[in-house]
Amino acid sequence: MAGVNAIKGKTRLSNSNLLFLIAAIIFVLMYLFAIIMYPGSFLQFQTFFDLFNLNAPLIIMTLGLCIVMIGGGIDISIGAVCGLVTMACAFFLESGMGSIWGAILISLGIGIIFGVLQGYLIAYLEIQPFIITLSGLFMAQGLLTTLHKDPINVTVPAFVKLRDFDIVITWLGTRNRLGVFIPCEIKPGTIIVAILLVILASLMKWSRFGRNVYAVGGNAQSANMLGINVKRTMFTTYVISGLTAGIAGFVYIMTTGAGNVGNAAGAEMKAIASAIIGGTLLNGGVGNLLGAPIGTLTLLVINELIRAAGVQSNFQAMVSGLLLYFFIVLQSIIMSLRDKRGFKMALPPWLSLSSKGQGETQQKR
Amino acid sequence: MLGNTILEMRGISKSFPGVKALDSVDFTLRSGEIHALMGENGAGKSTLIKVIAGAYEKDSGSITLEGAPIHFKAPQEAQNNGIGTVYQEIMLCPNLTVAENMYIGRSHSPIVNWKQMNEQGQRLLASLNIPARATQELSSCSLAVQQMIAIARAVDMDCKILILDEPTSSLDEDEVHTLFELMRELKGRGVGIIFITHFLEQVYEISDRITVLRNGKLVGEYETIALPQIELISKMLGNELDDITGLKKYEPDVSDASIPVFEAIGLSSVAGVRPFDFTIQKGEVNGFAGLLGSGRSESARAIFTADRTTGGEVRMKGKRVKIKTPLNAIQHGIGYLPEDRKGDGIIEDLSVRDNIILTLQVLNGFFKPFSLKQAQEFAEEYIERLNIKTPTADTPIKSLSGGNQQKVILARWLLTHPEYLILDEPTRGIDVGTKVEIQKLVIALAHEGMSVTFISSEIDEMLRTCSRLIVMKDREIVGELRGSQLTESAVMNVIAKGGKK
Amino acid sequence: MMRSLMKRFSHLFLPLSVMALLIIINLVKGADYFRITMVNGAFYGNIPNIFFGASELVILSIGMTLVTAASRGQDISIGESATITSAVFVQYVLQANEVTLLTILVAFLLSSVVGLALGAFNGTLVSIFKVQPMVASLILFTGGRSIAFMIDGKLSPILANDLSNKIGTVIPGIPIQTPIILTVIFIALTAVLFKTTNLRLYVEAVGTNPNAARLNGINPKKVIFLTFLIMGFCSAFAGFIAVNKAGRHDSVNLLKLIMMDAILAVAIGGNSLNGGKFSITGSIIGAYTIEMLNRTLLRLEIEPAMIKVFKAVFIIILMVVASPVVRASITKVVDKVRGKGRGASAAMTVKATGDGEKEE
Repeated sequence: MAGVNAIKGKTRLSNSNLLFLIAAIIFVLMYLFAIIMYPGSFLQFQTFFDLFNLNAPLIIMTLGLCIVMIGGGIDISIGAVCGLVTMACAFFLESGMGSIWGAILISLGIGIIFGVLQGYLIAYLEIQPFIITLSGLFMAQGLLTTLHKDPINVTVPAFVKLRDFDIVITWLGTRNRLGVFIPCEIKPGTIIVAILLVILASLMKWSRFGRNVYAVGGNAQSANMLGINVKRTMFTTYVISGLTAGIAGFVYIMTTGAGNVGNAAGAEMKAIASAIIGGTLLNGGVGNLLGAPIGTLTLLVINELIRAAGVQSNFQAMVSGLLLYFFIVLQSIIMSLRDKRGFKMALPPWLSLSSKGQGETQQKR
Repeated sequence: MLGNTILEMRGISKSFPGVKALDSVDFTLRSGEIHALMGENGAGKSTLIKVIAGAYEKDSGSITLEGAPIHFKAPQEAQNNGIGTVYQEIMLCPNLTVAENMYIGRSHSPIVNWKQMNEQGQRLLASLNIPARATQELSSCSLAVQQMIAIARAVDMDCKILILDEPTSSLDEDEVHTLFELMRELKGRGVGIIFITHFLEQVYEISDRITVLRNGKLVGEYETIALPQIELISKMLGNELDDITGLKKYEPDVSDASIPVFEAIGLSSVAGVRPFDFTIQKGEVNGFAGLLGSGRSESARAIFTADRTTGGEVRMKGKRVKIKTPLNAIQHGIGYLPEDRKGDGIIEDLSVRDNIILTLQVLNGFFKPFSLKQAQEFAEEYIERLNIKTPTADTPIKSLSGGNQQKVILARWLLTHPEYLILDEPTRGIDVGTKVEIQKLVIALAHEGMSVTFISSEIDEMLRTCSRLIVMKDREIVGELRGSQLTESAVMNVIAKGGKK
Repeated sequence: MMRSLMKRFSHLFLPLSVMALLIIINLVKGADYFRITMVNGAFYGNIPNIFFGASELVILSIGMTLVTAASRGQDISIGESATITSAVFVQYVLQANEVTLLTILVAFLLSSVVGLALGAFNGTLVSIFKVQPMVASLILFTGGRSIAFMIDGKLSPILANDLSNKIGTVIPGIPIQTPIILTVIFIALTAVLFKTTNLRLYVEAVGTNPNAARLNGINPKKVIFLTFLIMGFCSAFAGFIAVNKAGRHDSVNLLKLIMMDAILAVAIGGNSLNGGKFSITGSIIGAYTIEMLNRTLLRLEIEPAMIKVFKAVFIIILMVVASPVVRASITKVVDKVRGKGRGASAAMTVKATGDGEKEE
């Protein structure tokens, strides 16, 4: 039959891509604004790289968290797990027992253990993710302090070398006041961020698992009917977020060189905020992993701008709050404008487990 | 071309707590046929197809697929055996693309080949003439197209049997046409299609055979060509064995000049009701007759503003009033027993007592709660009056049977002493004894001066209790019957002949 | 009679049994658990200390119960709201020349108004903008303490006056510490609220089935908004107690992370985090249980650091036992033993599509 496939107009942008685009645009605008206001610091490439260098752990955690959130879950234990890993590594290295490889194994191991335990309880025993990951947070914090109350500075030579290791970009840099050319440095943490970003973004876009996560987050009941193993998918998302928390922990200590009780405290809330800004909806089913670093960077750039403007550190949080408010309202408005037809996406399973499924469409009588 | 029998079901029974959904039903399907499954709400159609699709396990009976006996324990099993189901609630993921929805969950390859999937998907869409792009996000497609995509998925999975549950409810004429082309194409390929619908014309346009269910029992299986429409309607709404004798309905003493208790002029709502006029006198019982989808419920909901009204005015006892929310309606003395008892009626975790006093409490105001003693008195009064079977007034309402739950909701409204009470399918899904009780109650209420609108799929119930019947079809009023005109055949005639087609 | 009494209190089974368990553990540790002495003119001992320490948590848990019941989500900004409102309180008191009872009352009133405003902020986002409660309250959670600091003007302003001292500790002549009395007053106020309004019915209806509630004349948006207003007031009240207890306003640490304990108290109190029917009594007992748990762990001389771990394990075990999957398995086993096999299996198969009685 002629003309049936001649769809008028271009294919509409998907929700995930739209929110990501908005996040990206806002980030670019923000950065341009920063460059204009503070060319001294922001025009330098090093500033941009430092955003990654100093905040790699947060970006890594946000990546894992995004995956969980896209599936419709939540994980608030990641900050504490990250902190625990830093102390565990520091303890391990300083005790003379082990090598850097051992530390890496410990980081991954701790992350995986938390991920598996939490994932099982949430996906298979169907317990609320909020409570389970909250308990995970308590447990990680407790183990952290039990392990060692005071900061441990890692002085193992191999590690110190790793900590001070920089990848120097000779052709990019700035001249300081004395006229000496200082090339840009990228710390290994940034490389790890880049690698993880590529791996995880590819996973979400091109793997069966990644698409299953989107399906489960979009409508878990439908996903089940379509033949997807919902429980296994959700379980795996939590394992991934545990893993990224572990990796973030190792990167953290690789950058700061010390295990400290306060490490990554509160990071989970920052990660949630970053994920939301980056275009991942708490409802699930919508999100783009590339948005995770964008969201984090936006958060950080704004903070930098505020700091540079002379606002005291105590007020920075307030402005972060305002920014978050702006994003949340913006997202709500956009999503409701798009969904005129009212085909509502279900509330995230961890907020509304009513078996009647009250988020379902109103059937015509 | 009709082929051999591919599905044979014999003596299928299925019960749920409190209700027997299927009572020894037989059903056969041939390859290459479109077989319509018909019946009013509560007839058992949905339950039957869920048994076929493996979502429910039958209590008794046998099912053979292509000669071999089958016993599915999960929907996956049915799917793997070539039974594709497209439910009325579209079981797809709105945030994925069209192509993804068609292929997800089917392949075992860990990597998604987008290019291949999109190309294959586009070909599939083209072969079935579905107006969509494989790369579109599903939520950007209309519901009609989404339905077709769900069908495409089933078809692509080489189904031998395709079950379509109310596929045309949300489609316009052109979309229905496209869907039917698709169905004929599949029929030509030898697929056996079970088609559930309440649209009579569509049944006659496309189906080869019709099976009619009523109250969980099989009424009969017929060749479509051999069954005139009026007979079909009669089979769907026909008589039911019950022991109502000597029930005399109340004919209100009305002259044309008396002011109606309630009057609606040009009322329309967001639920797609065409602007209609409606009046009801004091002590009158009127009914809305029509098949499923005729717009009866929507009209009732519009009166109560359960759906937001978009136009028209209403008058109570001659005076123009502003009714914009259910609370307004309640305050003006209108009550509404909803069709969807579970979704709109009962507050399942609350006690019987709380469910009974709910609306009166709201009427009383936020700052005037009833004391426990008072609430208990109210509850006990109506538990007794309506003969509600419950262990205590404290029992959560979800523990009660359907019939008793319905009585609780009735009690809730009666407690508010409304002037005008709308009952939408009050007898659906409940036992015969309770049905009789409710009909008797309606007549008694009319005697006491209450105006009642009684909507039921069982025409005889309405004929027994109503002094006036408004007949609806395809969302508009096509006739009104009174007095001696109130016979089943008259109603069915109006339904069959009424409307544009 | 016994059976109806049992039924009445069955929903309190969880928090009470947990509490009983804790009491047993404590008695094993030292039989003088219940010993009460008088220190500084007030009762002192394990039990009185629990009541004293849990004052703020009880009040916040009551608010959290209502928010959870109506909007099926949690407000994570309660500690931050309390910090802001108490900052306002402190500022007013500090600028007064003489701190009289009237000063305190006016300051409290002011902080309550601020609390209501904060509740309105969250409430609007949830009821009108349809944002999830946790996401909506994330905003105040992130930025709240900064706002409080701004109101403080400097680091930890000190609240040192006679009245504050009395409020925070004890009024001479009354053997019960003031915060406990204040909490009791608040609980009494709550009871009055439920007695004189339809709040319980409205909240439970909206939380269970908003559609049905609407069709019966209830406005779900208004009800949800109201629960957030109440939560705001609870934050103000709790902040009032906390800052008078501490004697200074520490915007960084005041009631830090208390929303975690509040959510736990609600859950342990037998309330569903998915909304619907709720029990304030349960949450109150849950709050005291959490406090008792904290102190029991300390008393068992578990390292403060390990306390968190124990708390976590404890909660996980509770949740596992209460989880629907585990419950269903236990029911299956019990039914098999009782020989009710068929009934259970019918219910199980129906679970496949989620709705048992839907007939079309």
